[in-house]
Amino acid sequence: MNKTINQKAWLFVIPVFVLVAFNAVVPLMTVVNYAFQETFANNVFTWEGTRWFKQILRSERFHAALGRQFLFTGVILAIQIPLGIAIALTMPKKGIGVPVCLVLMSMPLLIPWNVVGAMWNIFALPEIGFLGHTLNDIGFDYNFTQQPGDAWFTTVLMDVWHWTSLVVLLSYAGLRSIQPAYYQAAEIDGASRWAVFRYIELPKMKKVLTIAILLRFMDSFMIYTEPFVLTGGGPGNATAFLSIDLVKMALGQFDLGPAAAMSLIYFFIVLLVCWVFYNLMMRNETQS
Amino acid sequence: MSKITLNDLSHSYLDKQNSDVDWALRNINIEWQDGGAYALLGPSGCGKTTLLNIISGLLTPTKGKVFFDGKDITSQTPVERNIAQIFQFPVIYDTMTVYENLAFPLKNRGMTDGEINSRVKEIAKMLELTKTLNNRASGLTADGKQKISLGRGLARSNVNVIMFDEPLTVIDPHLKWVLRSKLKELHQKINRTMIYVTHDQTEALTFADQVVVMHEGQVVQTGTPVELFEKPKHTFVGHFIGSPGMNIIPCKLDNGNAAIDGVKVSVSSQIKKSNFSKTEIGIRPEFVSFSEEGIPVKVLKVSNTGRHKIIDTECKSGKIKVLSLTSKDVPSGSAFLSFDKKYTYAYGDSWIIE
Repeated sequence: MNKTINQKAWLFVIPVFVLVAFNAVVPLMTVVNYAFQETFANNVFTWEGTRWFKQILRSERFHAALGRQFLFTGVILAIQIPLGIAIALTMPKKGIGVPVCLVLMSMPLLIPWNVVGAMWNIFALPEIGFLGHTLNDIGFDYNFTQQPGDAWFTTVLMDVWHWTSLVVLLSYAGLRSIQPAYYQAAEIDGASRWAVFRYIELPKMKKVLTIAILLRFMDSFMIYTEPFVLTGGGPGNATAFLSIDLVKMALGQFDLGPAAAMSLIYFFIVLLVCWVFYNLMMRNETQS
Repeated sequence: MSKITLNDLSHSYLDKQNSDVDWALRNINIEWQDGGAYALLGPSGCGKTTLLNIISGLLTPTKGKVFFDGKDITSQTPVERNIAQIFQFPVIYDTMTVYENLAFPLKNRGMTDGEINSRVKEIAKMLELTKTLNNRASGLTADGKQKISLGRGLARSNVNVIMFDEPLTVIDPHLKWVLRSKLKELHQKINRTMIYVTHDQTEALTFADQVVVMHEGQVVQTGTPVELFEKPKHTFVGHFIGSPGMNIIPCKLDNGNAAIDGVKVSVSSQIKKSNFSKTEIGIRPEFVSFSEEGIPVKVLKVSNTGRHKIIDTECKSGKIKVLSLTSKDVPSGSAFLSFDKKYTYAYGDSWIIE
């Protein structure tokens, strides 16, 4: 059979190509461009090689921000994943409760990120906010604008409130897809509730949980808007996560070279962690 | 091991029942002897899985009682009833090895490691799983997984009954034969009561000593495969069992005589009653033959199945299939049919008239 040669098809690819070029390739290449050069005004560039990368990788400021970032992501994952699974397990399986729960769970996900930050800022203000005022009333010395511990507590709480729903919805979907025969077989095999969770529900949720952890890792590792509105990275640098630090460097100090190098390092860390995690989770998966 | 008695069992999935169709099961009375091999046969939606789940304790019946050895166990849990059930889709514990899967029901009942080990080895040998014992169960093929499900059912040596809910549905045709004969062999070896649910007549008839045919939530006939074939008590049984199924032809009953298109048909039993809203004659294609006189028909189509020919004919009242040896000649155009009296039955409102 002869293949018809029709190069016109390429024309149809052009819009996508242009779109991807403008929203991904061009900005990324600009960043790469800045990362290896020094620039002053008037578009004058001088080659700097890997200087900015070395500077960033040796900078204590970067190490501190990276440490805070890993700590934050670790804490919220350690809370959100088990909490999300626990809520999904207790959600009703039929009746009017199902849509009610699903809608309630989806609400936090629908609120714009800066609004979440602003909401929690007001909610947690020690003088007038409901949370801040109540905590002080019952005897806690709480002030998230001045005490690093309180700022962390509030940021973590805000993220848990905002994003646990995502884990719940994914886990719930995973749980609902388990065939009733599995539960019946377990009942006949005399399995305990814990064994049902450990040997049926958890393995069957593995794929959705992998997705949930990946999404939550990426989103929390790149978190910017909410802590920026809530604490602005403070007090001091206590909640200055990587992206907040990056913006400070790029737009506050206008250190475009180091900021670009940091962006690339940041990007590769996210990529590397996701890759390693995904491969670890999927190493035992054969064909499904 | 025990005798199973179902006493006037009815079940409905609805809270309120207004008519017969709201019931998934209606007035089931069955007695199953210890150690027998039984099949529940019926089309999808006839209530056979519901009945099975009631026996295993996964469902509580709306009405009626279940007895094991004369003891009322209607309100007991599946664990208390000590039964085993194998489902339509292979249920395996993905993260466990084949060995751990087979050991799971034993472990949950607190057996010692030594006992578990010898028992699992024995079951694995019986099912030819010994080589794969240390593999992860999730990597096996569908029939391998179903063997594990089967193995978990057989692992406990003291179960009262082993129930199979269409266990061969997802298995490849050539392996179906292998697994089915394995089941039959196991039944003879361990001599435990087995109940096998299926919509496939071949599976039911080859596996069971006694077949219970269900239709729309009711038991229409219980009998040996031969009884079901030779003397269906209900037109559904005649139609459902056999390939092709029984010919069911509308007829007139008059003074104890049956007639199709005005031609008198003699039936095997005496017709004492005739006040039915629907009367029919049932005759299997195997027992219909062409003759010099009888019911006038037109020959429509001849299909060859190898050893046999299936001949589609039509009389005024309906279609009649004839099964004859390939070597026999088939008349074309108009012909006459005669029925073997011994296997010709009259049905009133779908039930046999005796």
